[in-house]
Amino acid sequence: MKSFTYERAKTPAEAAGSVAKASGAKFLAGGTNLLDLMKLEIETPTHLVDVQDIGLDTIEKTKDGGLRIGALVTNTALASDQRIRRDYGVLSRAIVAGASGQLRNKATTAGNLLQRTRCPYFYDTNMACNKRQPGSGCAAIQGYSRQLGVIGTSDSCIATYPGDMAIALRVLDATIATVKPDGATRTIAMADFHRLPGDTPQFDTVLERGELITHVDLPRPIGGQHVYRKVRDRASYAFALVSVAAVIQPDGKVRAAFGGMAPKPWRVEAGEAGLHEDPAAAMETIFSGARPTEDNAFKIPLAQRALASAVAQTRS
Amino acid sequence: MNGKGELAVSRRGVIVGGTSAVALASLPASGQERAQAQPSASMPPAAMPVAFEVNGAPVELTLDTRTTLLDALREHLKLTGTKKGCDHGQCGACTVIVNGQRINSCLSLAVQHQGDTVKTIEGLGTPANLHPMQAAFIKHDGYQCGYCTPGQICSAVAVLDEIKAGVPSHAQDDITAKPRVTSDELRERMSGNICRCGAYSNIAEAILETAGAKA
Repeated sequence: MKSFTYERAKTPAEAAGSVAKASGAKFLAGGTNLLDLMKLEIETPTHLVDVQDIGLDTIEKTKDGGLRIGALVTNTALASDQRIRRDYGVLSRAIVAGASGQLRNKATTAGNLLQRTRCPYFYDTNMACNKRQPGSGCAAIQGYSRQLGVIGTSDSCIATYPGDMAIALRVLDATIATVKPDGATRTIAMADFHRLPGDTPQFDTVLERGELITHVDLPRPIGGQHVYRKVRDRASYAFALVSVAAVIQPDGKVRAAFGGMAPKPWRVEAGEAGLHEDPAAAMETIFSGARPTEDNAFKIPLAQRALASAVAQTRS
Repeated sequence: MNGKGELAVSRRGVIVGGTSAVALASLPASGQERAQAQPSASMPPAAMPVAFEVNGAPVELTLDTRTTLLDALREHLKLTGTKKGCDHGQCGACTVIVNGQRINSCLSLAVQHQGDTVKTIEGLGTPANLHPMQAAFIKHDGYQCGYCTPGQICSAVAVLDEIKAGVPSHAQDDITAKPRVTSDELRERMSGNICRCGAYSNIAEAILETAGAKA
């Protein structure tokens, strides 16, 4: 691990200012992904700004009937909250489908959104990777790509966004509130938060330097039955090959976002409208333009079956 | 002469060609050096004081900021019961209980734990006065080599508290329901603790018995 200096910020604005000020500085929350990457020298911050003392660790009602989740609410606390379990079940389900109990106790809401890809070529510093080292190439494209992306990818990068929580937040139309180093705040829709790689895959999200996530906001509950179906190589403690976060209404209408497929949670509202009448045609729209490799082409029919299974579960 | 001349030319050719091949081959490496040429390369290690409580006793240490909680426990406090397995949060051998919650001590910096309360396997029980979970692991042969055992036991003790507190799991059909202590629940909740010897069924029995004894 490269050496670094460490400080604890007292407020969100102070934290944002500290990270903006020092070149090579990063925020540290739970640290479960960042420390792993620092040990491998994939991340080499020179200064860490620990945000554990800045508050932002509660879940509050909003005036329009939704919930405002503090950035530092742990994954365990979020999944355990009675309001989340009752009204946003897909979010609780997605969280407990990911990682291990130990990791969920430490990992935070904002940190989970910012976790980096688990593409094996990103992790192997001997390999070319445009996300880790811009301009070095992508060893994954001609490599072992079974786990990797089928849509939204580019000639520079075929890595996927690895998380589960964000897939549920996408289907729930969550928004992300941030503060910038100058104190300005903004709101980013989940749909716009994670970037497609294009020719700059080193940027996973639209966050600017020193911009700190303060909250994740959920709109008022949308009802329906909530399912998170995750297909993986072992029954627990593994990343998704394919996952689907689905909310199915009594009239049969379906909202669905997919994980394991793309560099971001994959949801296509235009295709979604037809899911309850002609799922096959709707899935064709949702995954139109897909560029799977020989190794991961199975993911597209698997996604369709995972969704069909999720819908069938709500009818039984 | 001709032969020598040709040889010299071809040698030079080989050398020139070889040099340019080396130069080409080293291009990506130079790129890598540029990309990684951050101030960190020459930055000396930074040390900081940190104070927390371990197994009921206050400790104060001055540590390289890079020191994980795991290394602080093992190398600085000589509490070697907690084990280093993968050192990347994948195996669970380093599991300790911080402020009542189990975490991977390998994925946490010691300096993040100012003021925290840490419990390790040494704080759960002693050979003369075993924690009920330790006694149940012995009774049910919940280990073979024993390397993962301290992490398994710390994790298991915390799992029963999590179930009691109503923390949901992936094993539940109804996410709004109060979780119950079943073998399926325990197996799901213990999935962050890997046992290379494969003592899983005995581990599950030990935890089930401890949960029953407590109930």
